[in-house]
Amino acid sequence: MRIPVRWLVQQLELTEEHRVLTPEAIADAFVKVGLEVEDVHPLGPVTGPLVIARVAEIEELTEFKKPIRYCTVEIGEPEEDGEPAETTQVVCGATNFVEGDLVVVALPGAVLPGDFTIAARKTYGRVSNGMICSARELGLGDEHAGILVLPSDDDVAPGDDAIDLLGLTDSVIELAVTPDRGYCLSMRGLARELACALDLGYVDPAAIEVPAAEGKAAAVTVEADTGCTRFAMRRVTGVDPTAPTPWHIRRTLMLAGIRSISLAVDVTNFVMLELGQPMHAYDTSRLRGGITVRRARAGEKLLTLDGTERALVADDVVVADESGPIGLGGVMGGDHTEVRPETTDILLEAAIWDPANTARTVRRQKLPSEASRRYERVVDPALPPAALERAARLLRQYGEARILPGRTDEGSPTAPAPVVMAMDLPDRVAGVRYARGVTAGRLQQIGCRVEVGAAEDGTPEVTAYPPSWRADLAQPADLVEEVLRLQGYDTIPSELPKAPAGRGLTGAQRRRRAVSRTLAEHGYVEVLPFPFVSPTVWDAFGLPADDVRRTTLSVLNPLESDRHALATTLLPGLLDAVTRNVSRGARDIALFHIGQVVLPRAQSVPMPDPGADQRPTDEELALLREAVPAQPVHVAVVLAGTHRRAGWWGPGEQANWADAVQAARAVAEAAGVELTVEADTLAPWHPGRCARLSVGGFPVGHAGELHPKVVEALGLPKRTCAMELDLDLLPLVERKPIPAVSPYPPVLLDVALVVDNDVPAADLTSTLRTGGGDLLEDLRLFDVFTGEQVGDGKRSLAYSLRFRAPDRTLTVEEATAARDTAVAAATERHGAALRG
Amino acid sequence: MSGANDSYDPKEVAALAPDILQAAVEKAREEFSSAADLDALAAVKPAHFGDRSPLSLARREIGALPPQARSEAGKRVNEAQAGVKAAFDERRAQLQVERDERVLREEGVDVTLPWDRAPRGARHPITQLGERIADVFVAMGYEVAEGPELEAEWFNFDALNFKKDHPARTMQDTFYVAPAGSGSVLRTHTSPVQARVLLDREPPVYVVCPGRTFRTDELDATHTPVFHQVEGLAVDKGLTMAHLKGTLDAFVKAMFGADAHVRLRPSFFPFTEPSAELDVWFPAKKGGPGWVEWGGCGMVNPNVLRACGVDPEVYSGFAFGVGVERALQFRNGIPDMRDMVEGDVRFTLPFGTEA
Repeated sequence: MRIPVRWLVQQLELTEEHRVLTPEAIADAFVKVGLEVEDVHPLGPVTGPLVIARVAEIEELTEFKKPIRYCTVEIGEPEEDGEPAETTQVVCGATNFVEGDLVVVALPGAVLPGDFTIAARKTYGRVSNGMICSARELGLGDEHAGILVLPSDDDVAPGDDAIDLLGLTDSVIELAVTPDRGYCLSMRGLARELACALDLGYVDPAAIEVPAAEGKAAAVTVEADTGCTRFAMRRVTGVDPTAPTPWHIRRTLMLAGIRSISLAVDVTNFVMLELGQPMHAYDTSRLRGGITVRRARAGEKLLTLDGTERALVADDVVVADESGPIGLGGVMGGDHTEVRPETTDILLEAAIWDPANTARTVRRQKLPSEASRRYERVVDPALPPAALERAARLLRQYGEARILPGRTDEGSPTAPAPVVMAMDLPDRVAGVRYARGVTAGRLQQIGCRVEVGAAEDGTPEVTAYPPSWRADLAQPADLVEEVLRLQGYDTIPSELPKAPAGRGLTGAQRRRRAVSRTLAEHGYVEVLPFPFVSPTVWDAFGLPADDVRRTTLSVLNPLESDRHALATTLLPGLLDAVTRNVSRGARDIALFHIGQVVLPRAQSVPMPDPGADQRPTDEELALLREAVPAQPVHVAVVLAGTHRRAGWWGPGEQANWADAVQAARAVAEAAGVELTVEADTLAPWHPGRCARLSVGGFPVGHAGELHPKVVEALGLPKRTCAMELDLDLLPLVERKPIPAVSPYPPVLLDVALVVDNDVPAADLTSTLRTGGGDLLEDLRLFDVFTGEQVGDGKRSLAYSLRFRAPDRTLTVEEATAARDTAVAAATERHGAALRG
Repeated sequence: MSGANDSYDPKEVAALAPDILQAAVEKAREEFSSAADLDALAAVKPAHFGDRSPLSLARREIGALPPQARSEAGKRVNEAQAGVKAAFDERRAQLQVERDERVLREEGVDVTLPWDRAPRGARHPITQLGERIADVFVAMGYEVAEGPELEAEWFNFDALNFKKDHPARTMQDTFYVAPAGSGSVLRTHTSPVQARVLLDREPPVYVVCPGRTFRTDELDATHTPVFHQVEGLAVDKGLTMAHLKGTLDAFVKAMFGADAHVRLRPSFFPFTEPSAELDVWFPAKKGGPGWVEWGGCGMVNPNVLRACGVDPEVYSGFAFGVGVERALQFRNGIPDMRDMVEGDVRFTLPFGTEA
């Protein structure tokens, strides 16, 4: 909401102290009571000779590509002694004016906004002694289609100083109005807030005496289910269609960013800015029969003022005459009945529409308007008669109109219900002891009628009857806020409540941090990709048609239309990040991400809507929770390039499948669980280099090198590797190891076993571990060898074994016996042969 | 007793003469000194300690002396022997020191060579900062609660006093989940977690909810459609707005130093009444200390308590929320929010594992 400061201040009963209210002081006052000041725009600055001029003579210069006018303008009045008015000559490129018009001329020496200094200069072959100004050149608005033509006014004469007349020393204050304060979308409401903030008296511009009506202005029927609680009309006739809009109205509209159209339309917009009541003006002659407010019918269409034909649905509420809809209630009028340049007979409408219904129509029709913005936030239902009166009088004053005595006023708005509150509630909420009378005083200040009494138990209480424009005051907490904000939040002390006994982080939270830190310490860099993916990524991944990861939920309104699916795996986002880093010149990349994925339920559960007036039942809550899809926390890594770099120490090592598996092992270790690794085939991994990761016999994820086709399809670095596992599937363990540390010396033995290539190392290791018995303290695979010596299709796996007894010095013989048992088990289970 | 009259051959016992012994010692010392290294020293050692060394030979002659002279001679030989040993030990120690110094010198390296063989990793500063914020509250006795990112509208809006079709719902530009009318959204704030907690537990409740949130803002220097919040909720008997202010003051001091404090400006949020915008006096602000807008807060709206089954006549509460990206932006002076979301490792690496 943009509003000129001077207009606001007019409504205040200024005291001596506030005689000079700077725009900054006003902005601060607004902020203090809760209005967000987005900006304060001082007009101008304009200095030097800027005067009102009358166009005396126009000479059209035709030798140029565009029309150019050489104008003689009067910049003074003719003297009484017959001396003619002082004139000067100005070249002008605009054509929207005629001889006799009043315009604004910047004479040489004037400086316009943007530090634009005016000087006499030769242009288009003539000497131009200044410039005829447009609204934009004066810093009044964006209008630059032509120059500013002022309406003739007895009070304005050529030669008058235009800076003062145009109000160029004023400021415009730009405010963001929160949804609960619809009344602040008007000068009336803002001036009231300002008065409250500064504790000043205030004159309500809506306090207009509305004469008793004689009959109706029009026949109107408001149907019951329309949410239209009031529909009022007033008719004016004999409007001079050529009458210009007076300058102060045009200026107000211009500064608010509303285009001037015609006197009738400008007046309705002005009253909306002034009082907050959106209005509409119909050309009476174009109406057919009586007016009905009703729901739209299937198939009905309406050409709205913006020139768009709109298909209506039954939830849209329309104003209709016998020809059909002529306006979309609370949103926008229809084109057919709009006021035209020749209109003289006008029917003014001021109505109250249902906020929710208006909001739905706006969303459906994608048609936000100045009117709907106000209706969505509640318009004071007491306003329509006053607003109609105000608009009709302005049309009479400036358009020679006659106000017909009839007035239509259908519907009866209900006043907001009184709110009873314990007198000390504001004190208890704030943690402050306010002075006696503060609560009642503040509530009165915002327009409530206040009764002070006592509750049944004798404690003082206050009953507030909210004013018609404050339907948002519905419960004691709302009154509390009014008292607190007007007293100032800065008067509330800072007091630390006593600390509750906390329990610290949960096991899952500590585990996630441990996993995160572990991966970072293993050289992975955390990224936080968005969860939005394009379903085409599943094709690039080579997922089978029935792969569960293809079943995604989507957002209805994605920012990038193809990326509407919510990821079921963290890999697409991570791989995007790889691509981005590569495109920026990175070669060695190791990234990780810990985040939720969205796994739709196999059978979608309908979402219940239990209402919010009270706690839903346990059954309703269970259904609500059920309807939200599972969103487990996954952890994933991707890596490419070298993982151990080359340097002066020697060559580097390409990141490979084993690094990806190792990342999983590191995660498992941080989580305190034992990870089982087995060969698997799953897209998007390389079928020969894919490991299934399990914990406690339950698969939790996969790791390995990506399929070369996937790498190619996604433009990834060759041999890109990845790991992903479901962190939530890992059992939460309170790690309680019971280490037995034997002080006796170990016996170290090495053994090399030749097995078939397809015997997994993990299996052989496991067999040896079991076969080695209790004396085998540790074993480690330290070499894998293939070659002629071991034979075709075979390989040799070399282990170092460490034997130790808990209670004595182990003999070599005992250790050797244990080793032989282990080897025998390997031979039996895997056909392993001891390599000589 | 005979003895003094025993015959002896002075020629034979000349080897025991003090000057001879002294000469042997001197000779040994000289030879040891001229040994250039431990090997050379070892090479000359037998000549002075072995069976054929002058002192060993001299010792053999002791028996030839008259008994009364033997003790004296033995003592002389021993002293000489000790002199030789001392000379040897001294030289050996000296040579060992020299050798050690040489070896260590030879083993010297260029310690300025890089050893960046293992890659460096880092945690995202948003994660770190979110944890840090949560930790401040954990230290105040709060618990950390989490919830789903795709959320029922009921938890995201209805339970939090966002009336249906109220502009407040459209104020938070929401990602709706298909199909239309599914009743699911991507949570626009982490407040639904607070609602879930309140529904699950009896007060007193003191929780913070860090997490990822979503709004349909196009990505630019100051907006991102996916961002992170930490919200807090306290519901207990007798909580006041002064307590809210005190908690926030303690919080920002823990985050930004003892000079930091908060300012509350009246505002509107459906789930709080009264509501306030939360500004922080940030001492390290670029261009000098000043106020920074950081979030919102207020006293929990009684409608929210009712929807969550808490009696507003008995309990009151306060809630607050801050943006983690925003905090990172002003704390670290990061002008462009895109750097935080694009995943360029050059942005994240300097933050290490704990920033």
